[in-house]
Amino acid sequence: MALNTQPNLHEPGKRYFRAFSPGDDFYELLIDTHRDLTDEQSAMVNARLILLLANHIGDIGVLREALKIAREGV
Amino acid sequence: MLSTYKYPKFAYRRPPELAEGRDRHYPVVVVGAGPVGLTTAIDLAIKGQPVLLLDNDDTVSIGSRGVCYAKRALEILDRLGCGDEMVAKGVSWNVGRTFFRDKEVFNFNLCPEPDHHRPGMINLQQYYLEEYLVRRAEAVGNIDLRWKNNVIAVTPADDRVTLRVETPDGAYTLTTDWLVVADGARSPIRTMLGLDIEGKVFMDRFLIADVVMKADFPTERWFWFDPPFHRNQSVLLHRQADNVFRIDFQLGWQADPEHEKKPENVIPRIKAMLGDDREFELEWVSVYTFQCRRMKDFRHGRVLFVGDAAHQVSPFGARGANSGIQDTDNLVWKLKLVMDGKAPARLLDTYSEERVCAADENLMNSTRSTDFITPKSTVSKTFRNAVLGLAEHYPFARALVNSGRLSVPSFLTASRLNTPDSDSFAGVMVPGAPMDDAPVEAAGGQQWLLQVLGERFQLLYYAPDAGALDAATVRALTGLADGALPVEAIVVAERGRAPAGLATVIDAKGRIRERYDLAPGTAYLARPDQHVAARWRRLDAERVRAAVARATCNA
Repeated sequence: MALNTQPNLHEPGKRYFRAFSPGDDFYELLIDTHRDLTDEQSAMVNARLILLLANHIGDIGVLREALKIAREGV
Repeated sequence: MLSTYKYPKFAYRRPPELAEGRDRHYPVVVVGAGPVGLTTAIDLAIKGQPVLLLDNDDTVSIGSRGVCYAKRALEILDRLGCGDEMVAKGVSWNVGRTFFRDKEVFNFNLCPEPDHHRPGMINLQQYYLEEYLVRRAEAVGNIDLRWKNNVIAVTPADDRVTLRVETPDGAYTLTTDWLVVADGARSPIRTMLGLDIEGKVFMDRFLIADVVMKADFPTERWFWFDPPFHRNQSVLLHRQADNVFRIDFQLGWQADPEHEKKPENVIPRIKAMLGDDREFELEWVSVYTFQCRRMKDFRHGRVLFVGDAAHQVSPFGARGANSGIQDTDNLVWKLKLVMDGKAPARLLDTYSEERVCAADENLMNSTRSTDFITPKSTVSKTFRNAVLGLAEHYPFARALVNSGRLSVPSFLTASRLNTPDSDSFAGVMVPGAPMDDAPVEAAGGQQWLLQVLGERFQLLYYAPDAGALDAATVRALTGLADGALPVEAIVVAERGRAPAGLATVIDAKGRIRERYDLAPGTAYLARPDQHVAARWRRLDAERVRAAVARATCNA
């Protein structure tokens, strides 16, 4: 399986009437998760999040592709 | 400054109370002749309701304020008979471009579907909008518009509201059955009544500059994150009428407004942005901050709050005046039914319920935009810049770029006025949906579905051949016009004409069938504000009447 870079966010059972809504729902959740943390704490949260999501994805080929893109241009 | 526009001065006239020396009673009074108060008064007037409109000033909005008027607001202005003027003077646009540093990373089209009457947005200076609304208010009649009439006291009671009004000739007292409050964000009446409005101030400042120039910028919305000419901040550019360009520079909370407003400080910023020696003239400069907040309830007995008086949002998304105009669209048909004794007063509670939901959606979207545009922490800014960096190449990240989610109407899906679906439908025209437009051919020469809809309950009934309806269906459809709450039946067809007494609309391009998922026999009940109240796959007059009763709190 290739890395999906098309919009893919949704919440089961929730109906969206505007295309921007699911992405904005996620982004708000992401920023809220970091609320009131120090920069160091935020970095730790991000690291743990990546590890959790990587395990969920499972396919190392997909992860390799994502890691490569993430590193490009930084 | 301000060379392109001459402010009108509206004539103050001595009110009859002072001329005759006696108090008067009015069925409905609207306070505030801004965009929202004017649309309220015009909407009441075209429904045949005489209305008194009071304003403490004698001209239109000063300077650069509201700019963007969205498709839904234009459709409402069309229903009020003044959409054409706004669109003719305004600058229509659908495309927005977003830049990060020196690259375009994302663009959007507000109206990607063909076959809609109105564009996604027009840009028009607020003073023009108000001037045209005043002209419309004078033309429709039924409106007693009193300039320089300042409300200084409000006393609500169970059966009436008493107002004390100050004028250049002295003060007078009046009473009214209903008071609509459209006196703006600082709402003196809200304060007089001691009503709370809760929310927060955003810790940021923005510089507004209106400049006149003959520039070849296309008519698009351009938004920059961290551009080379204004590092670490955002900039927004809109073209308005008369070659006036509106530029918003984010300044940060520490900026000194008085310093930033000086032309010698503003002009270099604009020159850096234009990047050349192109000539321009400064028309207006101001610095603003904003709040996001709303009242808990928009109805307080006989006092109804609309627009900024009831709710305020950040400017990213043009959800201020646009939502205020939608408030009046929701309120006025309900108020008129209550005033005519055709619906109980609790119908007005649904104005508050439905528009509180809409206000919360507007607050949520504009707050999310603000948080993306002005990140509040290091990690938030890192995520924001990561999204912008990925957006150039990866579509998922483009969907996350939030430079303002521009005003669109709410789907009132949670409203108790809706009759829930009992049949299955594809698409988004669910009960509570703002109805989609589509091109049509109709006997009155109308060319758009939304020109046919509005002002009353209507039933759209689909039959491929309007001339082939059976007698029982014709009887059922025409019979809907009887009773205290009549329903006008409209046959939507591909061809043919319904028998006399029934309107026919030809679905010229098949868009109604497509957008409303029509099949032969499908019926949609439309509210007077062009929202879906109910829909069925088979016509049943009893169910239509029950749905109208439900939509008017008569059930």
